[in-house]
Amino acid sequence: MIDRRAAISILLEKRGGLLLVTGLGSTTYDVASVGDDDRNFYLWGAMGGAAMVGLGMALARPHRRVLVVTGDGEMLMGLGALATIGVQRPRNLAIAVFDNGHYGETGMQASHTESTVALCDVARACGIERVHDIVDEAGLRNFAAALREADETLFARIAIHADEPPRVLPPRDGVLLKTRFRRALGIEPQG
Amino acid sequence: MSGGSGGSDIADWRDEIFAALQAAGIGQVGYVPDAGHARLIELCRADPGIRAVPLTTEEEGVALAAGAWLGGERAALLMQSSGVGNCVNMLSLTRTCRIPLVILVAMRGEWAEFNPWQVPMGKNTEAVLALCDVLVHRVERPEDAGETVAAALDLAFNGDYTVAVLLSQRLIGAKRWVK
Repeated sequence: MIDRRAAISILLEKRGGLLLVTGLGSTTYDVASVGDDDRNFYLWGAMGGAAMVGLGMALARPHRRVLVVTGDGEMLMGLGALATIGVQRPRNLAIAVFDNGHYGETGMQASHTESTVALCDVARACGIERVHDIVDEAGLRNFAAALREADETLFARIAIHADEPPRVLPPRDGVLLKTRFRRALGIEPQG
Repeated sequence: MSGGSGGSDIADWRDEIFAALQAAGIGQVGYVPDAGHARLIELCRADPGIRAVPLTTEEEGVALAAGAWLGGERAALLMQSSGVGNCVNMLSLTRTCRIPLVILVAMRGEWAEFNPWQVPMGKNTEAVLALCDVLVHRVERPEDAGETVAAALDLAFNGDYTVAVLLSQRLIGAKRWVK
C-alpha cells in the first residue's frame, strides 16, 4: 500500500500537458496538495461523474492525455461509466482510482472494494485492456510512465492507506474552475 | 434534407432536429436508446462529425457533456422522460459550472400510454427539470420540432444554460410529417 499524497506526487512529477479531473472527496485534496493548476478540474459534487467528465474531455481533446483521479467510492457510484468507456476507449484517457476500501469523507465506512469488488477486473471485463493494479511505488512509476507514453485507454487501481491527511482545499467556484480550464486550453480568450 | 427516404421534398421532423444539431456544431451526442429517438440516433451514428456515445444511464451523459465543454466541444443528450429522473444530482454539475447543454427528451407516460409504470415520471418530467433549473421547451407539432431545437441550442450556447426540449408522446406517435 502507498501513502496517497506520495502517490499523487509521483503521478504528477512530470506532468507535462496532462489534463486532470478529480472526483468528489479526498482525491480533490490530494491533487490540490501538489499545487493548484488551471488545468485541474475538481468535482466538488456530481458523485459518480468523474470518469465520464474525463471521457467527454478526452474525446474533445484527442491529442492531450486526460487523467481522472478519483476514489473507490466515487468510482463505484458510476461503475456503468467503465462500460461506456470500454466501448469508446479513447487512446488519451486514463483513470486512476485511489482505493482505500473506505468512504473517507463520511466516517471511514467500508466500501464494496473492501469486501468483494475488484475494480481492475471490472475495468478489464468492460473492455479496457491496459489495467494496472498498483500496490507499490515501482508500479506507480510504471503507470506514471504509461501516462506519458502509452497510446491506449489506461485504468489503474492504486492501493492506498485508509488515512486522512490534512485537507488542502482548492477553489470550489464551478464557473471559475470551468473558465480557467478553458482559458488554459486556449478555448476561451483570457479575460 | 439529409436522410430523407422518399425524395428531396420530403422531410421528417427528426431529420430537421438532426439538421439543427449539425448547424449548431454539436460534436458529441450521448444517448440512452429510446424508440422515439431511434432515427436521430441512427443519423448521429452515421455522421463522421459527431461522436455518438451510448450510455448505460442518463446521468453519465450530463458528465460527458461537461467534459466535452471543458475540452472545447458542444454536446447534446438524447433520452426518454424516465431518464430525466436519473439525472437530478448530476445536473448540479452543469448548473454550478454553467455548462451549456441541450437535452432532447422523448416523452412517455402522457398520451395514450400503454404502460402505467411510465406515467409517474412522465407526469413529473417538466417539473423535475424546472426544479433543477433546466429551461424547458416543448414540442407538440412536427412542424415546430426543428425550429424549437434550434432555438434551444441558441439559448444554451449563447447563455451557458442547460435547456431541455420535450418531444411530446403525441408527436412521437404521429405519422411522418410530409412537408
